[in-house]
Amino acid sequence: MSDLTVNAGLLRRILVGFVREEVRKVGLPRVVLGLSGGIDSALVAFLAAEALGPGNVHACIMPYRTSNPESEAHARLVAEQLGIHHRVIEITSMVDAYFELFPDADNMRRGNKMARERMTILYDLSAAHGALVLGTSNKTELLLGYGTLYGDMASALNPIGDIYKTQVWQLSEEMGVPRVVIEKKPSADLWAGQTDEQELGFTYREVDELLFRMVDLRMCRDELAAAGFAPDFIDLIAGKVRNSHFKRRLPVIAKVSNRTIDRDFRYSRDWGK
Amino acid sequence: MDFTVALAQIKPKLGCVADNLAMIEAAVDRGAGEGADLVLFPELALTGYFLKDLVPDVALSLGSPEIGRLVDLSRRISIAVGFVEVSSDYRFFNSALYLEDGAVRHIHRKVYLPTYGLFDEQRYLARGDRFRAFDTRFGRMGMLICEDMWHLSAPYILAMDGAMTLLCLSSSPGRGITADESLGSTSAWQKLTATTAMFLNCRVIYCNRTGYEDGVNFWGGSEAVDPSGEVTARGRILEEDFLLARVGEGPLRRERIFSPMMRDESLAVTMKELQRIERERDC
Repeated sequence: MSDLTVNAGLLRRILVGFVREEVRKVGLPRVVLGLSGGIDSALVAFLAAEALGPGNVHACIMPYRTSNPESEAHARLVAEQLGIHHRVIEITSMVDAYFELFPDADNMRRGNKMARERMTILYDLSAAHGALVLGTSNKTELLLGYGTLYGDMASALNPIGDIYKTQVWQLSEEMGVPRVVIEKKPSADLWAGQTDEQELGFTYREVDELLFRMVDLRMCRDELAAAGFAPDFIDLIAGKVRNSHFKRRLPVIAKVSNRTIDRDFRYSRDWGK
Repeated sequence: MDFTVALAQIKPKLGCVADNLAMIEAAVDRGAGEGADLVLFPELALTGYFLKDLVPDVALSLGSPEIGRLVDLSRRISIAVGFVEVSSDYRFFNSALYLEDGAVRHIHRKVYLPTYGLFDEQRYLARGDRFRAFDTRFGRMGMLICEDMWHLSAPYILAMDGAMTLLCLSSSPGRGITADESLGSTSAWQKLTATTAMFLNCRVIYCNRTGYEDGVNFWGGSEAVDPSGEVTARGRILEEDFLLARVGEGPLRRERIFSPMMRDESLAVTMKELQRIERERDC
């Protein structure tokens, strides 16, 4: 058994309680989330439906013309199994209209634009439905910076940001996420045939074992090497964590006053709740 | 004497003193109605935990109307409750009050302010400077606030000062998920309360809050532990609860006969060695 193995029943209670309490504290009964057809958003949908009731969960499926049709089918499968509200809003026309100005834009720019287009839709639906936007980034991708700042990383509340992909798989089994969604290869689905692990160059299970020891257990480089991790791999991952740290922080503010937001003006977000 | 303690495992609202006072009054009422003699609340029950810059805004002086209200309520039932105390020289303490018969019997200012990991108490709060046992209708007691309990010397001093019941007010964040049945913080605390009770032949009565603040959960699990280390009542994990525990003279008496560690504990040896250590550290 890996050190990453969790008591999934207990984890489920904590995360369901988190969604229920933190959403209601804001004074809203509903949430909205993007459903990609992948496991992370499927799991968040399951947590939200259990926390708030399926009638209070609005899922939005937002394919682009190059998205794998299977993704939309899997997203529908999840939404239908849960009985949550869902609708499909294609982002092709918005994204393509913009890139007519930049026909030579590379995949990264296009992928980021798609992620941010989806974000603007979710925040618009948030206002339309009086619903909070739930985040679906897991701890592995947050630590690696494998997400788009102000795109898929944007949310009001994220129930799964402190659990690794390996744990996402385990909790998804516990909650009854459809097998086909659990077993398929993770993909950002930005272009045909893309898989996360191919693009990253390592598997989630490998990197989770390393990140858990590096971040959670604070093992030093020598200890990690002694535990069997290749020094190049350790350095690669440590570099990714360091270089993506800006994505996990608010914008840096130039300090001139005596009380600067977040530096010496510090309050919990649940202030008064 | 035998007595009944109510453990009010509540979910305070962050920074909302009036709302929390109403919640506390309701729990006091319930405790009195259900025949409890003493009602114990969590650390910072009047304010919530992750206060940060709210500390000065929610702090109360001992002369405030809110504390006056609680003092009045203690004519019905004894009350131990946590709040932010402001002193006349504007220091802010994480404090616990013991109120009985319409009077303040004791105030404990948290000594060990955790400032590591997810904790940042020393940034905002001043540190207390004493551990003192005090007399109540239910015998001699001592109060500890959360992290105080993790310093062996703190419950030891209270027990040496004659406390036979240790009240611990807590806001313990749940963390450390593994394959185990409980969170790491839950198992650690359960070991600590039972071990402290056994080491010191004392009852430990522990009240932990519940709810979430900025994504951090508080795991509840309040408990009453006999001097033998046996848990006689335990609150629900991760949910609000209100439980009554009967605290008997019998288990205390029997444990002090079977395992008279406190009888045999040598204050003289401890003092001599601690003074030597202090002397040697000074040079």
